[in-house]
Amino acid sequence: MRPVGEFGQLEVRIAHKAFTAASGERFDVLHDVCFELGHSEVGALVGPSGCGKTTILRIIAGLETDFEGTVERRSSGRLGMVFQEPRLLPWRTVEDNVRLVAPGIAGEALASLFEVLDLHTHRLHYPGELSLGLARRVALARALAIDPDLLLLDEPLVSLDEALAERLRAQLAALIESRPITTLLVTHDLQEAIRLADRIFLLSPRPAQMVADIPLTTPRSARTEREIATIVGEVTSRINRGAPASPHVTPVTRHDPTDL
Amino acid sequence: MVRFVSLALLLATWWLASLFAGPLMLPGPDRVLSVIGAHAQTGDLFFQLGVTLARVLAAFTIAMAAGTAIGLLMGRVKIADRIGDPWLIVLLNLPALVIIVLAFIWGGLTEIAGVLAVAINKLPNTVVTVREGARALDPELDEMARVFALPRRKFLWHVVFPQLAPYLAAAARSGLSLVWKIVLIVELLGRPNGIGFQIGMAFQLFDVTLILAYALAFVVVILIIETTVVQPIERRASRWRIRAT
Repeated sequence: MRPVGEFGQLEVRIAHKAFTAASGERFDVLHDVCFELGHSEVGALVGPSGCGKTTILRIIAGLETDFEGTVERRSSGRLGMVFQEPRLLPWRTVEDNVRLVAPGIAGEALASLFEVLDLHTHRLHYPGELSLGLARRVALARALAIDPDLLLLDEPLVSLDEALAERLRAQLAALIESRPITTLLVTHDLQEAIRLADRIFLLSPRPAQMVADIPLTTPRSARTEREIATIVGEVTSRINRGAPASPHVTPVTRHDPTDL
Repeated sequence: MVRFVSLALLLATWWLASLFAGPLMLPGPDRVLSVIGAHAQTGDLFFQLGVTLARVLAAFTIAMAAGTAIGLLMGRVKIADRIGDPWLIVLLNLPALVIIVLAFIWGGLTEIAGVLAVAINKLPNTVVTVREGARALDPELDEMARVFALPRRKFLWHVVFPQLAPYLAAAARSGLSLVWKIVLIVELLGRPNGIGFQIGMAFQLFDVTLILAYALAFVVVILIIETTVVQPIERRASRWRIRAT
């Protein structure tokens, strides 16, 4: 295995994170979430809805500073993020939204990015004129336009219909494959994680704890439907029964989550 | 079309009322128009209009710029809001006349004192409106700008000001009319020229026609500014909204 730490691009050690509700009541969201990502590695945080996955991304992005622990990004470079809602400026065109964060981007690079994401006919449209699927793609284009060293994706395919999600997933996989960008994506869909990631971090329900750190050895493009189904089966059965590790699955820590 | 009919109705009402009141108390539109024409020919009208307009624009610009900056600060920074709020309440409730008289006493009967007095009158109004807008800024877009490390100037120009546009437009609209009314009082009390000074003279001569002539001429100027400057800017700023629906 690759020596982590030396090549580590992202090192997350969150000991504890709690929120205070409006009523003054404190509730724990994260507890001992530690993981690392190597250069150009794609990690997927997988866990039940509401377990605190988004909070982890927000901590890495620097939007939440009130937590116990450390986040280290090796190259202090650019951060690209796709929020769950597209968060585009409604008063700027698609092209201007992208150019705003990436003023230095060459016309050619931008054109090819729009081409890959099927956005070239929408350059002059305003976000209000776009469907959710299109707006997500614009948000993705914006995050990629800055040529990020670290890409954070928060449920990039949620609430899209299946056919559209399928297409965007393929585009996303192709983009990730073609660029050496360290990527961390959050999803509640294990299948999706297996299709896109090199490494899966399983989380328990809230307060989220790491359940397992699962490297996927088969290259992304070589993963067949059958293999994906097998991995899903192995992971779920392991979670449910605490079954022994298979060649695909290397357990790190073991808890018993009930909901996944 | 509706606007024209409405305007015609207003003129007709004026003309009818002038018939009852007599030319001394309320001269008709024709008499007022001929006085405007006469003063325009001597050039006096344009000089007085120009002087007043310059004061209006100076005071308006100062009040809008300072008010926007202060309002933005108070809407975004809690401590600034708590410090500034009592000042704001005092300023909001200080009568225009008190500010003007004090400005002339402290600053002398000067141009700067006059313009500043008007700006200070308008300032709290702008601050309150812009502060409301700053409080309503979308926190999600804030976070987006932070993650993508947008430089401050770009953040203000592309993220903040478009969201403030409706509030700025409201402040500008009410501001323009408020400012020109106060400028007239300043001119009446402590300036040797401008519409306010002329109206003061006309008051002493009991010349209602002259009062109406100058007032009307300036209303026309403000209307022209409104349609050729304010409205096009507003249309441009809300372009994305029209196409989005």
